[in-house]
Amino acid sequence: MQIYLPIAEMSVNAFLLLGMGGGIGFLSGLFGVGGGFLITPLLIFIGIPPAVAVGTGANQIVAASVSGVLAHWRRGNVDFKMGLVLLLGGFSGSTLGVMLFSFLRGLGQIDLVISLSYVIFLGIIGALMLYESAKTMRRRKTAPGQRRKLHQHTWVHGLPLKMRFRRSKLYISALLPLTVGFVVGVLAAIMGVGGGFVMVPAMIYLLGMPTNVVIGTSLFQIIFVTANVTFLQAYANQTVDVVLAMMLLIGAVIGAQFGARAGARLQGEELRGLLALMVLAVCGKLFFDLLVTPADIYSIGVAR
Amino acid sequence: MRPVAAFLCLVSACLMVPAGAPKASTLVADLSRHLVAISTGFAGTDVLLFGATEGKGDVVVIVRGPDRPVVVYRKSRVLGVWVNTAQMTFDRAPSFYAIASSRPLAEVAPASLLARRQMGLDNLRLELPRAKASASVEQEWRAGLIRNHEAQGLYSAEVGRVIFLGNRLFRVRINLPANVPTGTYQVEVFHLQEGRVVSAQTTPLQVSKVGAEAAIYDFAYQNSALYGLIAILVALMAGWAAHLAFRKA
Repeated sequence: MQIYLPIAEMSVNAFLLLGMGGGIGFLSGLFGVGGGFLITPLLIFIGIPPAVAVGTGANQIVAASVSGVLAHWRRGNVDFKMGLVLLLGGFSGSTLGVMLFSFLRGLGQIDLVISLSYVIFLGIIGALMLYESAKTMRRRKTAPGQRRKLHQHTWVHGLPLKMRFRRSKLYISALLPLTVGFVVGVLAAIMGVGGGFVMVPAMIYLLGMPTNVVIGTSLFQIIFVTANVTFLQAYANQTVDVVLAMMLLIGAVIGAQFGARAGARLQGEELRGLLALMVLAVCGKLFFDLLVTPADIYSIGVAR
Repeated sequence: MRPVAAFLCLVSACLMVPAGAPKASTLVADLSRHLVAISTGFAGTDVLLFGATEGKGDVVVIVRGPDRPVVVYRKSRVLGVWVNTAQMTFDRAPSFYAIASSRPLAEVAPASLLARRQMGLDNLRLELPRAKASASVEQEWRAGLIRNHEAQGLYSAEVGRVIFLGNRLFRVRINLPANVPTGTYQVEVFHLQEGRVVSAQTTPLQVSKVGAEAAIYDFAYQNSALYGLIAILVALMAGWAAHLAFRKA
Protein backbone atom coordinates (compact mmCIF):
# COMPACT_ATOMS: atom_id res chain seq x y z
CA MET A 1 0.00 0.00 0.00
CA GLN A 2 1.59 3.22 -1.17
CA ILE A 3 1.12 6.45 0.74
CA TYR A 4 1.90 9.92 -0.61
CA LEU A 5 3.96 12.19 1.65
CA PRO A 6 2.90 15.82 1.09
CA ILE A 7 6.09 17.57 2.23
CA ALA A 8 8.64 15.03 0.99
CA GLU A 9 6.56 15.00 -2.23
CA MET A 10 6.96 11.32 -2.92
CA SER A 11 5.10 8.09 -2.34
CA VAL A 12 6.39 5.32 -0.09
CA ASN A 13 5.10 1.94 1.04
CA ALA A 14 3.08 2.46 4.23
CA PHE A 15 4.09 -0.89 5.76
CA LEU A 16 7.77 -0.12 5.23
CA LEU A 17 7.33 3.06 7.28
CA LEU A 18 5.33 1.31 10.00
CA GLY A 19 7.96 -1.43 10.21
CA MET A 20 10.82 1.04 10.40
CA GLY A 21 9.00 2.97 13.11
CA GLY A 22 8.34 -0.22 15.07
CA GLY A 23 11.93 -1.44 14.92
CA ILE A 24 13.30 1.92 15.94
CA GLY A 25 10.71 2.35 18.68
CA PHE A 26 11.77 -0.99 20.12
CA LEU A 27 15.42 0.10 20.25
CA SER A 28 14.41 3.45 21.68
CA GLY A 29 12.57 1.78 24.54
CA LEU A 30 15.36 -0.73 25.04
CA PHE A 31 18.29 1.66 25.16
CA GLY A 32 16.65 4.93 26.14
CA VAL A 33 17.89 6.64 23.02
CA GLY A 34 15.48 8.46 20.72
CA GLY A 35 16.45 6.21 17.84
CA GLY A 36 17.03 9.26 15.66
CA PHE A 37 20.56 8.18 14.84
CA LEU A 38 19.00 5.22 13.03
CA ILE A 39 15.83 6.78 11.69
CA THR A 40 17.45 9.73 9.91
CA PRO A 41 19.97 7.60 7.95
CA LEU A 42 17.22 5.04 7.19
CA LEU A 43 14.89 7.73 5.85
CA ILE A 44 17.67 9.11 3.67
CA PHE A 45 18.39 5.57 2.52
CA ILE A 46 14.81 5.04 1.27
CA GLY A 47 15.03 8.29 -0.70
CA ILE A 48 13.52 10.95 1.58
CA PRO A 49 15.38 14.26 1.03
CA PRO A 50 17.94 14.64 3.88
CA ALA A 51 16.48 17.94 5.08
CA VAL A 52 12.99 16.41 5.40
CA ALA A 53 14.46 13.31 7.08
CA VAL A 54 16.09 15.48 9.75
CA GLY A 55 13.02 17.66 10.43
CA THR A 56 10.59 14.75 10.48
CA GLY A 57 12.93 12.56 12.52
CA ALA A 58 12.86 15.16 15.29
CA ASN A 59 9.05 15.20 15.25
CA GLN A 60 8.84 11.43 15.47
CA ILE A 61 11.28 11.32 18.40
CA VAL A 62 9.00 13.65 20.40
CA ALA A 63 6.28 11.00 20.39
CA ALA A 64 8.57 8.04 21.04
CA SER A 65 10.20 9.87 23.95
CA VAL A 66 6.89 10.86 25.57
CA SER A 67 5.70 7.28 25.70
CA GLY A 68 9.15 6.21 26.93
CA VAL A 69 9.47 8.84 29.63
CA LEU A 70 6.04 8.08 31.09
CA ALA A 71 7.06 4.46 31.56
CA HIS A 72 10.26 5.55 33.34
CA TRP A 73 8.50 8.22 35.37
CA ARG A 74 6.22 5.63 36.92
CA ARG A 75 9.29 3.81 38.16
CA GLY A 76 10.70 7.07 39.55
CA ASN A 77 13.64 7.07 37.17
CA VAL A 78 13.49 10.72 36.09
CA ASP A 79 15.61 13.46 37.71
CA PHE A 80 13.48 16.49 36.79
CA LYS A 81 15.88 19.05 38.23
CA MET A 82 18.77 17.69 36.20
CA GLY A 83 16.46 17.43 33.19
CA LEU A 84 15.54 21.12 33.42
CA VAL A 85 19.15 22.26 33.61
CA LEU A 86 20.08 20.07 30.63
CA LEU A 87 17.04 21.46 28.84
CA LEU A 88 18.16 25.06 29.31
CA GLY A 89 21.38 24.26 27.48
CA GLY A 90 19.47 22.11 24.99
CA PHE A 91 17.10 24.89 23.96
CA SER A 92 19.83 27.37 23.13
CA GLY A 93 21.94 24.68 21.46
CA SER A 94 19.14 23.42 19.22
CA THR A 95 18.13 26.96 18.22
CA LEU A 96 21.70 27.68 17.13
CA GLY A 97 21.79 24.28 15.42
CA VAL A 98 18.74 25.00 13.23
CA MET A 99 20.29 28.32 12.17
CA LEU A 100 23.51 26.51 11.30
CA PHE A 101 21.48 23.91 9.39
CA SER A 102 19.83 26.55 7.19
CA PHE A 103 23.19 28.19 6.55
CA LEU A 104 24.92 24.93 5.54
CA ARG A 105 21.96 23.97 3.38
CA GLY A 106 22.46 27.19 1.44
CA LEU A 107 26.12 26.30 0.91
CA GLY A 108 25.20 22.83 -0.37
CA GLN A 109 27.25 21.18 2.37
CA ILE A 110 24.50 19.95 4.68
CA ASP A 111 24.62 16.31 3.54
CA LEU A 112 28.36 16.16 4.15
CA VAL A 113 28.07 17.78 7.57
CA ILE A 114 25.26 15.39 8.55
CA SER A 115 27.33 12.35 7.52
CA LEU A 116 30.55 13.62 9.09
CA SER A 117 28.82 14.43 12.37
CA TYR A 118 27.40 10.93 12.47
CA VAL A 119 30.75 9.30 11.71
CA ILE A 120 32.66 11.33 14.31
CA PHE A 121 30.18 11.13 17.16
CA LEU A 122 28.98 7.59 16.62
CA GLY A 123 32.59 6.43 16.20
CA ILE A 124 33.90 8.00 19.41
CA ILE A 125 30.91 7.06 21.53
CA GLY A 126 30.52 3.55 20.15
CA ALA A 127 34.19 2.74 20.75
CA LEU A 128 34.11 4.23 24.25
CA MET A 129 31.02 2.33 25.27
CA LEU A 130 32.20 -0.95 23.83
CA TYR A 131 35.52 -0.62 25.66
CA GLU A 132 33.79 0.20 28.95
CA SER A 133 31.25 -2.58 28.80
CA ALA A 134 33.86 -5.17 27.77
CA LYS A 135 36.05 -4.07 30.67
CA THR A 136 33.21 -4.26 33.18
CA MET A 137 32.01 -7.61 31.95
CA ARG A 138 35.52 -9.06 32.22
CA ARG A 139 35.98 -7.61 35.70
CA ARG A 140 32.66 -9.07 36.80
CA LYS A 141 33.84 -12.52 35.76
CA THR A 142 37.37 -12.44 37.22
CA ALA A 143 37.01 -10.39 40.37
CA PRO A 144 33.46 -10.37 41.72
CA GLY A 145 32.57 -8.30 44.72
CA GLN A 146 35.01 -5.50 43.97
CA ARG A 147 33.27 -2.21 44.75
CA ARG A 148 33.67 0.88 42.56
CA LYS A 149 33.95 4.36 43.99
CA LEU A 150 30.75 6.40 43.54
CA HIS A 151 32.68 8.96 41.50
CA GLN A 152 36.14 10.46 41.27
CA HIS A 153 36.95 14.04 42.18
CA THR A 154 38.60 16.05 39.41
CA TRP A 155 38.98 19.70 38.32
CA VAL A 156 35.37 19.51 37.20
CA HIS A 157 34.24 19.61 40.80
CA GLY A 158 35.98 22.97 41.31
CA LEU A 159 33.65 24.80 38.90
CA PRO A 160 31.28 27.48 40.30
CA LEU A 161 27.44 27.44 40.42
CA LYS A 162 27.20 24.20 42.32
CA MET A 163 23.78 22.59 42.57
CA ARG A 164 22.43 19.59 44.44
CA PHE A 165 20.63 16.92 42.37
CA ARG A 166 18.95 14.63 44.88
CA ARG A 167 17.65 11.93 42.59
CA SER A 168 21.04 11.59 40.90
CA LYS A 169 22.89 11.80 44.26
CA LEU A 170 25.14 14.51 42.83
CA TYR A 171 26.49 17.88 43.97
CA ILE A 172 28.06 19.40 40.85
CA SER A 173 28.38 22.68 38.98
CA ALA A 174 25.32 23.55 36.88
CA LEU A 175 27.71 24.61 34.10
CA LEU A 176 28.43 20.95 33.39
CA PRO A 177 24.89 19.79 32.50
CA LEU A 178 24.31 23.15 30.76
CA THR A 179 27.26 22.51 28.43
CA VAL A 180 26.27 18.90 27.81
CA GLY A 181 22.72 20.05 27.01
CA PHE A 182 23.98 22.76 24.64
CA VAL A 183 26.27 20.46 22.64
CA VAL A 184 23.58 17.79 22.37
CA GLY A 185 21.08 20.49 21.29
CA VAL A 186 23.29 21.54 18.37
CA LEU A 187 23.69 17.91 17.33
CA ALA A 188 19.94 17.30 17.66
CA ALA A 189 19.21 20.05 15.16
CA ILE A 190 21.89 19.16 12.62
CA MET A 191 21.60 15.39 12.76
CA GLY A 192 17.86 15.09 13.37
CA VAL A 193 18.44 13.05 16.49
CA GLY A 194 17.29 13.34 20.07
CA GLY A 195 20.91 13.13 21.05
CA GLY A 196 20.38 10.28 23.49
CA PHE A 197 23.39 8.43 22.15
CA VAL A 198 25.59 11.38 23.16
CA MET A 199 23.55 12.37 26.20
CA VAL A 200 23.47 8.97 27.88
CA PRO A 201 27.25 8.37 27.87
CA ALA A 202 27.87 12.02 28.80
CA MET A 203 25.57 11.68 31.81
CA ILE A 204 27.26 8.47 32.93
CA TYR A 205 30.90 9.34 32.29
CA LEU A 206 30.99 13.15 32.49
CA LEU A 207 28.34 13.92 35.08
CA GLY A 208 28.67 10.64 36.97
CA MET A 209 24.92 10.05 37.22
CA PRO A 210 23.69 6.63 38.38
CA THR A 211 22.64 4.48 35.40
CA ASN A 212 19.06 3.95 36.55
CA VAL A 213 18.04 7.63 36.29
CA VAL A 214 20.07 8.33 33.14
CA ILE A 215 17.63 6.92 30.60
CA GLY A 216 14.47 8.48 32.04
CA THR A 217 16.13 11.88 32.49
CA SER A 218 17.65 11.85 29.02
CA LEU A 219 14.25 10.99 27.48
CA PHE A 220 12.63 13.77 29.50
CA GLN A 221 14.90 16.46 28.11
CA ILE A 222 14.90 14.94 24.60
CA ILE A 223 11.13 15.58 24.38
CA PHE A 224 11.65 19.31 24.74
CA VAL A 225 14.76 19.63 22.63
CA THR A 226 13.23 17.68 19.72
CA ALA A 227 9.98 19.65 20.10
CA ASN A 228 12.04 22.82 19.74
CA VAL A 229 13.82 21.42 16.68
CA THR A 230 10.49 20.33 15.15
CA PHE A 231 9.06 23.80 15.57
CA LEU A 232 12.09 25.62 14.21
CA GLN A 233 12.57 23.24 11.24
CA ALA A 234 8.88 23.58 10.37
CA TYR A 235 9.03 27.34 10.75
CA ALA A 236 12.33 28.12 9.03
CA ASN A 237 12.75 25.30 6.51
CA GLN A 238 9.28 23.69 6.05
CA THR A 239 10.90 20.27 6.31
CA VAL A 240 8.55 18.53 8.77
CA ASP A 241 6.28 15.99 7.08
CA VAL A 242 3.47 15.19 9.51
CA VAL A 243 2.16 12.30 7.43
CA LEU A 244 5.60 10.67 7.43
CA ALA A 245 6.02 11.37 11.15
CA MET A 246 2.60 9.87 11.93
CA MET A 247 3.38 6.68 10.02
CA LEU A 248 6.70 6.30 11.82
CA LEU A 249 5.36 7.11 15.25
CA ILE A 250 2.42 4.70 15.11
CA GLY A 251 5.02 1.97 14.76
CA ALA A 252 7.46 3.65 17.14
CA VAL A 253 5.19 4.18 20.17
CA ILE A 254 4.13 0.54 20.08
CA GLY A 255 7.69 -0.69 19.58
CA ALA A 256 8.94 1.50 22.44
CA GLN A 257 6.64 -0.23 24.94
CA PHE A 258 7.97 -3.65 24.04
CA GLY A 259 11.52 -2.30 24.05
CA ALA A 260 11.18 -0.91 27.57
CA ARG A 261 9.96 -4.31 28.82
CA ALA A 262 12.74 -6.21 27.07
CA GLY A 263 15.25 -3.72 28.51
CA ALA A 264 14.12 -4.48 32.05
CA ARG A 265 15.18 -8.10 31.57
CA LEU A 266 18.67 -7.38 30.21
CA GLN A 267 21.66 -6.44 32.34
CA GLY A 268 23.06 -2.93 32.14
CA GLU A 269 26.47 -3.90 30.82
CA GLU A 270 25.10 -6.19 28.13
CA LEU A 271 22.69 -3.45 27.11
CA ARG A 272 25.54 -0.99 26.80
CA GLY A 273 27.62 -3.44 24.79
CA LEU A 274 24.75 -4.10 22.37
CA LEU A 275 24.07 -0.40 21.90
CA ALA A 276 27.79 0.17 21.29
CA LEU A 277 27.87 -2.44 18.53
CA MET A 278 24.85 -0.93 16.84
CA VAL A 279 26.27 2.58 17.03
CA LEU A 280 29.54 1.37 15.50
CA ALA A 281 27.73 -0.43 12.68
CA VAL A 282 25.85 2.73 11.64
CA CYS A 283 29.07 4.73 11.91
CA GLY A 284 30.97 2.22 9.75
CA LYS A 285 28.30 2.26 7.04
CA LEU A 286 28.24 6.06 6.84
CA PHE A 287 32.02 6.31 6.83
CA PHE A 288 32.23 3.76 4.03
CA ASP A 289 29.73 5.81 1.99
CA LEU A 290 31.87 8.92 2.38
CA LEU A 291 35.00 7.14 1.17
CA VAL A 292 33.61 5.07 -1.67
CA THR A 293 33.58 6.74 -5.08
CA PRO A 294 30.00 7.94 -5.71
CA ALA A 295 28.08 6.56 -8.68
CA ASP A 296 27.79 10.09 -10.04
CA ILE A 297 30.03 12.92 -8.89
CA TYR A 298 27.32 15.36 -9.95
CA SER A 299 24.22 15.78 -7.82
CA ILE A 300 21.29 18.21 -7.93
CA GLY A 301 19.38 20.32 -5.46
CA VAL A 302 16.59 22.85 -5.63
CA ALA A 303 17.90 26.39 -5.89
CA ARG A 304 16.62 28.57 -3.07
CA MET B 1 -13.47 3.63 -18.72
CA ARG B 2 -13.80 7.35 -19.37
CA PRO B 3 -10.64 7.74 -21.51
CA VAL B 4 -11.80 5.03 -23.85
CA ALA B 5 -15.23 6.60 -24.21
CA ALA B 6 -13.69 9.98 -24.93
CA PHE B 7 -11.36 8.37 -27.42
CA LEU B 8 -14.22 6.73 -29.28
CA CYS B 9 -16.09 10.04 -29.39
CA LEU B 10 -13.09 11.71 -30.96
CA VAL B 11 -12.67 8.88 -33.43
CA SER B 12 -16.26 9.15 -34.61
CA ALA B 13 -15.99 12.94 -34.76
CA CYS B 14 -12.92 12.66 -36.98
CA LEU B 15 -14.50 10.17 -39.30
CA MET B 16 -17.55 12.37 -39.75
CA VAL B 17 -15.59 15.46 -40.72
CA PRO B 18 -16.98 16.47 -44.12
CA ALA B 19 -14.55 16.48 -47.01
CA GLY B 20 -14.84 20.20 -47.56
CA ALA B 21 -13.93 21.32 -44.02
CA PRO B 22 -11.50 24.25 -43.73
CA LYS B 23 -7.86 23.12 -43.60
CA ALA B 24 -6.78 25.28 -40.68
CA SER B 25 -4.92 22.51 -38.96
CA THR B 26 -3.88 18.99 -39.88
CA LEU B 27 -3.79 17.86 -36.26
CA VAL B 28 -6.31 17.28 -33.48
CA ALA B 29 -5.24 15.87 -30.15
CA ASP B 30 -6.49 15.77 -26.60
CA LEU B 31 -5.63 14.24 -23.25
CA SER B 32 -7.75 11.65 -21.48
CA ARG B 33 -7.78 14.13 -18.58
CA HIS B 34 -6.34 17.55 -17.93
CA LEU B 35 -5.88 17.21 -14.20
CA VAL B 36 -3.65 14.71 -12.44
CA ALA B 37 -4.70 14.75 -8.81
CA ILE B 38 -2.13 13.70 -6.23
CA SER B 39 -3.96 12.25 -3.25
CA THR B 40 -3.02 9.88 -0.41
CA GLY B 41 -2.77 6.73 -2.47
CA PHE B 42 -0.94 8.35 -5.42
CA ALA B 43 1.74 6.06 -6.80
CA GLY B 44 2.25 7.43 -10.29
CA THR B 45 -0.25 7.36 -13.11
CA ASP B 46 -0.72 7.20 -16.86
CA VAL B 47 -2.33 9.90 -18.99
CA LEU B 48 -3.51 8.99 -22.44
CA LEU B 49 -3.04 11.41 -25.33
CA PHE B 50 -5.03 10.64 -28.44
CA GLY B 51 -5.66 12.40 -31.68
CA ALA B 52 -5.83 12.31 -35.43
CA THR B 53 -3.77 13.75 -38.24
CA GLU B 54 -4.87 14.76 -41.67
CA GLY B 55 -2.67 13.14 -44.25
CA LYS B 56 0.35 10.98 -43.64
CA GLY B 57 3.34 11.85 -41.58
CA ASP B 58 4.84 11.42 -38.15
CA VAL B 59 3.74 12.56 -34.74
CA VAL B 60 6.10 13.68 -31.95
CA VAL B 61 4.82 14.39 -28.45
CA ILE B 62 6.79 16.27 -25.78
CA VAL B 63 5.68 16.56 -22.16
CA ARG B 64 7.43 19.27 -20.15
CA GLY B 65 7.02 20.04 -16.46
CA PRO B 66 7.22 23.66 -15.29
CA ASP B 67 10.70 25.21 -15.43
CA ARG B 68 12.52 25.76 -12.17
CA PRO B 69 16.03 26.75 -11.10
CA VAL B 70 18.29 23.80 -10.28
CA VAL B 71 21.65 23.74 -8.50
CA VAL B 72 24.12 21.13 -9.64
CA TYR B 73 26.94 20.13 -7.29
CA ARG B 74 30.17 18.41 -8.26
CA LYS B 75 32.07 16.27 -5.77
CA SER B 76 35.79 15.75 -5.56
CA ARG B 77 38.01 13.98 -3.12
CA VAL B 78 39.25 16.03 -0.18
CA LEU B 79 41.42 14.11 2.30
CA GLY B 80 39.90 10.84 1.12
CA VAL B 81 36.31 11.99 1.60
CA TRP B 82 33.97 12.96 -1.25
CA VAL B 83 32.89 16.57 -0.82
CA ASN B 84 30.80 18.96 -2.96
CA THR B 85 33.53 21.32 -4.12
CA ALA B 86 31.83 23.17 -6.98
CA GLN B 87 28.30 24.22 -7.85
CA MET B 88 26.45 25.78 -10.76
CA THR B 89 22.89 27.06 -10.95
CA PHE B 90 20.79 26.53 -14.04
CA ASP B 91 18.14 29.25 -13.93
CA ARG B 92 15.61 27.30 -15.94
CA ALA B 93 15.38 23.54 -16.28
CA PRO B 94 12.16 21.62 -16.93
CA SER B 95 11.09 19.70 -13.84
CA PHE B 96 9.86 16.88 -16.06
CA TYR B 97 10.63 15.86 -19.62
CA ALA B 98 9.36 12.97 -21.70
CA ILE B 99 9.16 12.51 -25.45
CA ALA B 100 7.40 10.05 -27.71
CA SER B 101 7.59 9.63 -31.46
CA SER B 102 6.00 7.44 -34.13
CA ARG B 103 9.44 6.57 -35.55
CA PRO B 104 13.02 7.08 -34.29
CA LEU B 105 13.65 10.82 -33.96
CA ALA B 106 16.56 10.85 -36.39
CA GLU B 107 14.27 9.51 -39.15
CA VAL B 108 11.47 11.92 -38.36
CA ALA B 109 13.26 15.23 -38.68
CA PRO B 110 16.69 16.69 -39.46
CA ALA B 111 19.02 17.53 -36.57
CA SER B 112 18.45 21.26 -36.95
CA LEU B 113 14.72 20.89 -36.43
CA LEU B 114 15.16 18.51 -33.50
CA ALA B 115 17.43 21.07 -31.85
CA ARG B 116 15.10 23.99 -32.52
CA ARG B 117 12.06 22.21 -31.10
CA GLN B 118 14.05 20.70 -28.19
CA MET B 119 13.19 17.18 -29.27
CA GLY B 120 15.17 14.62 -27.31
CA LEU B 121 17.18 15.04 -24.10
CA ASP B 122 20.31 15.95 -26.09
CA ASN B 123 18.48 18.95 -27.48
CA LEU B 124 17.10 20.20 -24.21
CA ARG B 125 17.97 23.88 -23.85
CA LEU B 126 19.74 24.20 -20.52
CA GLU B 127 21.98 27.20 -20.24
CA LEU B 128 24.43 28.41 -17.68
CA PRO B 129 25.18 32.11 -17.41
CA ARG B 130 27.77 32.78 -20.14
CA ALA B 131 30.35 34.30 -17.84
CA LYS B 132 30.47 31.25 -15.59
CA ALA B 133 31.30 28.36 -17.88
CA SER B 134 32.99 27.65 -21.18
CA ALA B 135 31.15 25.50 -23.70
CA SER B 136 32.99 22.26 -22.85
CA VAL B 137 32.59 22.69 -19.09
CA GLU B 138 28.96 23.60 -19.54
CA GLN B 139 28.43 20.34 -21.39
CA GLU B 140 29.62 18.33 -18.36
CA TRP B 141 27.36 20.19 -15.93
CA ARG B 142 24.45 19.81 -18.31
CA ALA B 143 25.05 16.07 -18.59
CA GLY B 144 25.21 15.86 -14.79
CA LEU B 145 21.87 17.61 -14.44
CA ILE B 146 20.23 15.33 -17.01
CA ARG B 147 21.69 12.14 -15.50
CA ASN B 148 20.38 13.06 -12.04
CA HIS B 149 16.91 13.79 -13.35
CA GLU B 150 16.97 10.50 -15.24
CA ALA B 151 17.94 8.65 -12.07
CA GLN B 152 14.90 10.16 -10.35
CA GLY B 153 12.68 9.11 -13.23
CA LEU B 154 11.84 12.72 -14.13
CA TYR B 155 13.59 12.79 -17.50
CA SER B 156 13.49 9.85 -19.84
CA ALA B 157 16.16 9.36 -22.45
CA GLU B 158 14.09 6.66 -24.04
CA VAL B 159 11.74 7.87 -26.75
CA GLY B 160 8.23 6.58 -26.12
CA ARG B 161 6.06 5.18 -28.86
CA VAL B 162 3.30 7.05 -30.60
CA ILE B 163 1.03 4.28 -31.82
CA PHE B 164 -0.90 4.79 -35.04
CA LEU B 165 -4.18 3.00 -35.50
CA GLY B 166 -4.56 2.99 -39.24
CA ASN B 167 -3.24 6.03 -41.08
CA ARG B 168 -4.72 8.89 -39.13
CA LEU B 169 -5.51 8.01 -35.53
CA PHE B 170 -2.81 7.87 -32.92
CA ARG B 171 -2.41 7.51 -29.21
CA VAL B 172 0.42 7.85 -26.68
CA ARG B 173 0.59 6.70 -23.09
CA ILE B 174 2.32 9.26 -20.87
CA ASN B 175 3.64 7.85 -17.62
CA LEU B 176 3.95 10.18 -14.63
CA PRO B 177 5.96 8.63 -11.75
CA ALA B 178 5.02 8.92 -8.06
CA ASN B 179 7.55 11.72 -7.45
CA VAL B 180 6.20 13.85 -10.30
CA PRO B 181 6.58 17.58 -9.55
CA THR B 182 3.40 19.64 -9.31
CA GLY B 183 2.49 22.51 -11.61
CA THR B 184 1.23 23.22 -15.10
CA TYR B 185 2.72 20.90 -17.72
CA GLN B 186 2.80 21.60 -21.44
CA VAL B 187 2.04 18.73 -23.76
CA GLU B 188 3.28 19.66 -27.24
CA VAL B 189 2.11 17.61 -30.19
CA PHE B 190 3.80 17.99 -33.58
CA HIS B 191 2.67 16.66 -36.91
CA LEU B 192 5.63 16.27 -39.25
CA GLN B 193 5.77 15.53 -42.96
CA GLU B 194 9.05 15.05 -44.81
CA GLY B 195 11.06 16.51 -41.97
CA ARG B 196 8.96 19.65 -41.53
CA VAL B 197 6.44 20.58 -38.90
CA VAL B 198 3.14 21.01 -40.69
CA SER B 199 1.04 21.46 -37.61
CA ALA B 200 1.51 21.76 -33.87
CA GLN B 201 -0.70 21.94 -30.83
CA THR B 202 -0.03 22.60 -27.16
CA THR B 203 -2.29 21.28 -24.42
CA PRO B 204 -1.86 22.11 -20.74
CA LEU B 205 -1.85 19.35 -18.13
CA GLN B 206 -2.32 20.30 -14.50
CA VAL B 207 -0.58 18.20 -11.86
CA SER B 208 -1.64 19.17 -8.37
CA LYS B 209 -2.07 17.89 -4.89
CA VAL B 210 -5.71 17.60 -3.81
CA GLY B 211 -7.61 17.00 -0.60
CA ALA B 212 -5.65 16.41 2.61
CA GLU B 213 -2.29 16.42 0.83
CA ALA B 214 -2.88 19.86 -0.68
CA ALA B 215 -4.21 21.18 2.62
CA ILE B 216 -1.20 19.95 4.60
CA TYR B 217 1.28 21.28 2.06
CA ASP B 218 -0.34 24.71 1.86
CA PHE B 219 -0.68 24.90 5.62
CA ALA B 220 2.99 23.99 6.15
CA TYR B 221 4.11 26.81 3.85
CA GLN B 222 1.56 29.47 4.76
CA ASN B 223 1.25 28.97 8.52
CA SER B 224 4.64 27.48 9.28
CA ALA B 225 4.66 28.36 12.98
CA LEU B 226 1.20 26.94 13.66
CA TYR B 227 2.05 23.87 11.59
CA GLY B 228 5.12 23.27 13.76
CA LEU B 229 3.09 23.60 16.96
CA ILE B 230 0.43 21.20 15.71
CA ALA B 231 3.10 18.69 14.66
CA ILE B 232 4.46 18.76 18.22
CA LEU B 233 1.00 18.50 19.78
CA VAL B 234 0.11 15.50 17.62
CA ALA B 235 3.35 13.79 18.62
CA LEU B 236 2.76 14.48 22.33
CA MET B 237 -0.78 13.11 22.17
CA ALA B 238 0.31 10.03 20.25
CA GLY B 239 3.03 9.23 22.79
CA TRP B 240 0.62 9.75 25.68
CA ALA B 241 -2.11 7.66 24.03
CA ALA B 242 0.33 4.81 23.48
CA HIS B 243 1.39 4.94 27.11
CA LEU B 244 -2.22 4.79 28.32
CA ALA B 245 -3.08 1.96 25.93
CA PHE B 246 -0.19 -0.13 27.18
CA ARG B 247 -0.66 0.61 30.87
CA LYS B 248 -4.17 -0.85 30.75
CA ALA B 249 -3.09 -3.86 28.76
